Amino acid sequence: MKVEQISIFIENKSGRLAEVTGILGETGINIRALSLADTSDFGILRLIVDDSKKALKVLREQRFTVSITDVIGIEVPDSPGGLTTILQILDQNNVNVEYMYAFAERSGNNAIIIFRFDNIDEAISALSSHGVKILPSERITSI
Amino acid sequence: MIWNDDFETLPREAIESLQLKRLQQTVERVYAAVPFYRKSFDKAGIKPADIKSLADLQRLPFTLKQDMRDSYPYGLFAVPLEQIVRIHASSGTTGKPTVVGYTRRDIENWTELMARSFVAAGTNQGDIIHNAYGYGLFTGGLGAHYGAERVGASVIPMSGGNTKKQLMIMQDFGSTVLTCTPSYSLFLAEVAAEEGIDIRKLKLKVGIFGAEPWSENMRQEIEAKLNIKAIDIYGLSEILGPGVGIECIEAQNGLHIWEDHFIPEIINPDTGEVLPDGEKGELVITTITKEGIPLIRYRTRDITRLFKEPCICGRTHARIERLSGRSDDMLIIRGVNVFPSQIESVLFNVDGIEPHYQLIVDREGNLDSLEVQVEVNEQTFSDEIKVLQGLSNKIRKDIKDLLGVTCKIRLVEPKTIARSEGKAKRVIDNRQKES
Repeated sequence: MKVEQISIFIENKSGRLAEVTGILGETGINIRALSLADTSDFGILRLIVDDSKKALKVLREQRFTVSITDVIGIEVPDSPGGLTTILQILDQNNVNVEYMYAFAERSGNNAIIIFRFDNIDEAISALSSHGVKILPSERITSI
Repeated sequence: MIWNDDFETLPREAIESLQLKRLQQTVERVYAAVPFYRKSFDKAGIKPADIKSLADLQRLPFTLKQDMRDSYPYGLFAVPLEQIVRIHASSGTTGKPTVVGYTRRDIENWTELMARSFVAAGTNQGDIIHNAYGYGLFTGGLGAHYGAERVGASVIPMSGGNTKKQLMIMQDFGSTVLTCTPSYSLFLAEVAAEEGIDIRKLKLKVGIFGAEPWSENMRQEIEAKLNIKAIDIYGLSEILGPGVGIECIEAQNGLHIWEDHFIPEIINPDTGEVLPDGEKGELVITTITKEGIPLIRYRTRDITRLFKEPCICGRTHARIERLSGRSDDMLIIRGVNVFPSQIESVLFNVDGIEPHYQLIVDREGNLDSLEVQVEVNEQTFSDEIKVLQGLSNKIRKDIKDLLGVTCKIRLVEPKTIARSEGKAKRVIDNRQKES
């Protein structure tokens, strides 16, 4: 259920992002979803790719600081209030969302949103018990 | 004007014979009272009685800042604590400061030398001295304060900070003399302009600036922006505090070192060899009247030249040229002494941080800025911004707690700070320097 997300430390220098995507492209790794969190000095690029092990290896070889974090992908009804329902479930179960970002692709009639929680197992059980669909990791990396 | 004609205009031979007498007394005293000196003289195979001329000074071993640290806090004191009436300290590399103690007579001499310095800078009774040097463990505030009172001027004990209030008081009280760091004077001018105060129209006529290196260009800028004469003062807490030397307003050409209290020498910092007058090297000072903590051949690490030609002001004491650098890696940031090793010790105490760092010193507007670049590695990296910002904040706070200097922390990618074999290039100082 959990999906491996790759996080990369990127200094706020022009061309740095292109270097990362360039390395992945040359290695034949496809980016499925991404989010860039930025401050004035640095950014954290978070990626879901089709082969995270390989991505980790090539980026490390190129001396990037990389880490792997478990996240989950959730199908969110593509209708007004769809996201709110899910956030309310999490809130009732005291699970904190550290950050989230949306997938460009859809899954049927639903949007896909990637979530990072403070307590991922708690989040999974709370969401599952409320019938929220959590996407299997293969689904996400192969979209 | 000269404060103490008898001493400040002594003929050279008289200065030198006085120096020899006082040197001999000092050497005897430290040999008898300070185990550190007894040991170091014995090791060098020299006895106090061997000092028969000023040239014999060269035979004595140097005293280093490290020796003061090793003797923390009172190891180098030459008198029992009952005779110490004041203790000052400057920031230290390992968190322990360098401690100096003054006897009643030391305070009296310091006051005299600061009085001489104020008068040499063209200030006198009737002046209103706005003293913006910090009061506290730092010697600047109290040192200037006592001297100003001795001259008979009215002292405003402002201390540092609170710039708008400083300006209000300067305006309302009619301050005529400003004492602070050179960079702070420019900051005052900048804030005055923002507040719509024409600082050039205030009653200020002289500024006495020290505690950090500054260039001739900066002097011209200060003189133009504040419409004052800007005078360079020299001092260091180990030797006395402010008032070891000062420029006279008549010449503004070199700082007179009060030679009846100190013997200055210039050495080659690499070999320790004494250089002839006029050659550039490291300033070494021997105190010859200090009681609390007399220092023999103290290596100041300041680079300058010494010259003894008579000065148009009438003073006969030797002059040093405006300081042109340091023979060690000490940085002076907003008047605070900072050694890269101090920053390093903070970083070492933060979990996971690698000891690869670089310090970027610059001048933003008129104030020094310090940026500490630290490499992020997989141990310290997180996919959450708040964790990385927490790391920066912790480093910033630890540095502030240890050094009292606010800096900016920049997290950089691993292996981006240049490694070099041997001595790493830890510091990039972009502040405008004049050769």
